[in-house]
Amino acid sequence: MDPRWHARLALGLLLAPALLWLGALIILPHVDLAVLSFRERIGPRQYAASLAQYKTFFAEPLYWHVFLRTAVMSVIATGLTLLLAFPIAWIIAKLARGRAGSLLFIVCLIPFWVSETVRTLGWMILLRESGVLPALLVQMGLTHVPVELLYRDATLLVGLVYTSLLFMVVPLVSSLESLDDSLIEAAYDLGSGGFAILRGIVIPHAAPGITAGCIVVFMLTLGNYLTPTLLGGKNSQWFTEQIYTQFITRFNWEQGAAFGFLLLALSTALVVLGLRVSGQRFGDVMRRT
Amino acid sequence: MADAVVKRFADHVAVDSLSFSVERGSFFSILGPSGCGKTTLLRMIAGFIAPDDGDIAIGGRSMRGVAPNRRPVNMVFQQLALFPMMSVGENVAFGLARRGMSRAERMKRSNAMLERVGLGNAADKRVDELSGGQRQRVAIARSLVLEPTLLLLDEPLGALDLKLREHMKIELKQLQASFGTTFVYITHDQSEALVLSDHVGVMSHGRFEQMGTPQDLYYRPQTPFVAGFVGANNRIVGRATRSDGSLAEIATADGWIVRALKTGAIADGDAVEVFVRPEVAILARSAAQLPIDQPQHSGEVQSVLFDGANSAVLLQEARTRREFRIALPQTGQFSDLKPHEKVAFSFDPSRAVCFAARAGTAGQDA
Repeated sequence: MDPRWHARLALGLLLAPALLWLGALIILPHVDLAVLSFRERIGPRQYAASLAQYKTFFAEPLYWHVFLRTAVMSVIATGLTLLLAFPIAWIIAKLARGRAGSLLFIVCLIPFWVSETVRTLGWMILLRESGVLPALLVQMGLTHVPVELLYRDATLLVGLVYTSLLFMVVPLVSSLESLDDSLIEAAYDLGSGGFAILRGIVIPHAAPGITAGCIVVFMLTLGNYLTPTLLGGKNSQWFTEQIYTQFITRFNWEQGAAFGFLLLALSTALVVLGLRVSGQRFGDVMRRT
Repeated sequence: MADAVVKRFADHVAVDSLSFSVERGSFFSILGPSGCGKTTLLRMIAGFIAPDDGDIAIGGRSMRGVAPNRRPVNMVFQQLALFPMMSVGENVAFGLARRGMSRAERMKRSNAMLERVGLGNAADKRVDELSGGQRQRVAIARSLVLEPTLLLLDEPLGALDLKLREHMKIELKQLQASFGTTFVYITHDQSEALVLSDHVGVMSHGRFEQMGTPQDLYYRPQTPFVAGFVGANNRIVGRATRSDGSLAEIATADGWIVRALKTGAIADGDAVEVFVRPEVAILARSAAQLPIDQPQHSGEVQSVLFDGANSAVLLQEARTRREFRIALPQTGQFSDLKPHEKVAFSFDPSRAVCFAARAGTAGQDA
């Protein structure tokens, strides 16, 4: 047998599961969704190509209001996750030595052994009106009656940040670990204070890791369904809920498909914008994740 | 400059009540094997770690409680630690920017500094576009542009290959001479220390064994450690049998008798270590060709170590079979020397040194 042909066959077989995955589960459904989104039902079992689904989105203020709200909240959640994850990653990568570092990492990881639903229900037990935290607040005399802490934007953000924290910590730790300590010392030696070192040395070095973490967290948040539904309830007005409603409740697959594509366009646009603003290249960033 | 500085780590003393001062504008090297505490000492001068005891003064000012970014000291790191996210020019201007200098002034000074180290057109290059030697110069320029009172160098040549290291040695010496900044240089490479320095402190186990000019260390070592560490030396262990003015006669356990200059107090019967430099010994094909006023020894050639100007021959002393190294003269007179040839050799006892043996080392052979 021709050895070149042999090598190609081996490569093809190795790639087959991945290609099958991509083709059958990502590309094929999306092609179908694209077709769905560009048609309109004009009678029983009668469809015509049209832009009606997209027109509805722009004509109905609720839809694009929810759309924008989802985008803004996701950006805020990503920013908060970064602010919270950076010190954690710094401690794991630079301050904790050896065992302490891995231990901290495991502490970050442990919540993820529990299913997301159970974790979110845990938050509900803590925060609902008859829950642990409102009772505690009453006992401490801070409030007279138990306060409903669920179904607020702040609660929603707490839940989203909590869910995404690990996905920010991991790329940050790996990019901070690769930062040579002597660079920090050199900057210190050359007259920099803490903030100047952070801005001039640490952040530029960690930029690909920061961007990678932000992209992952942003996408997870934007596409999250469970947390907004459970913690935000009806008030959460998350775009994924709109998609769910269209597909499942309204059985309007055409509208749901259009929403899906709009969400895809939104996340792509914001990621591209983020890369532009931070001056990072997508390839470099993905290597860090 | 440094006064009784002590640094202890958990269970061992890294720097043990060490005191020294460095003359302004001179090149001072701290030479020692790895783990002797020299890096700890340097990091204390830079301010990255605080001494447990004692004080360090730079330019007459105590550095107690002064952070590294406020000291008139800059450091060239072992791995250079150039900032990869910045251009060469930005690297050099980094410290100036931290001082709040205007952009134009920063550019002017960093360009002038790059010019002085021979990298006038490299300001816009990225750090990874430079060769090892060029990076070295950028690291030094980055520190010198701040006009520090003192420049610390932490084995900066360690990462370079041999040829470049030789070249950079000369360049460093010339840079120091032209800038007139005080350099404190740490290294485990005795050749770097000897070539570069005005003064060298030989460090071992957190203490200075000896401080002096390179010539002092080489020709007049004060301790067996210095004699063994600086330059090549033949070490012979034995007992002092007889004293003859400043010279002592030493007999090894297996009966080889040599004579050497006493350093420190040595009484008859003391265990001693004798050090004879390879270039002090004279080699001859027959005893008659040796200077008549020197004790004569004979041996058999074990191997010829050809290394250009540093060629040497490894002998075995005839009776005891002890190894003895002699530098070959450059006359080419011994170019046909073969293993197993019988030769004679002698050395001037006043140019060989002996010390009372350190506790625990008597009887061991080098």
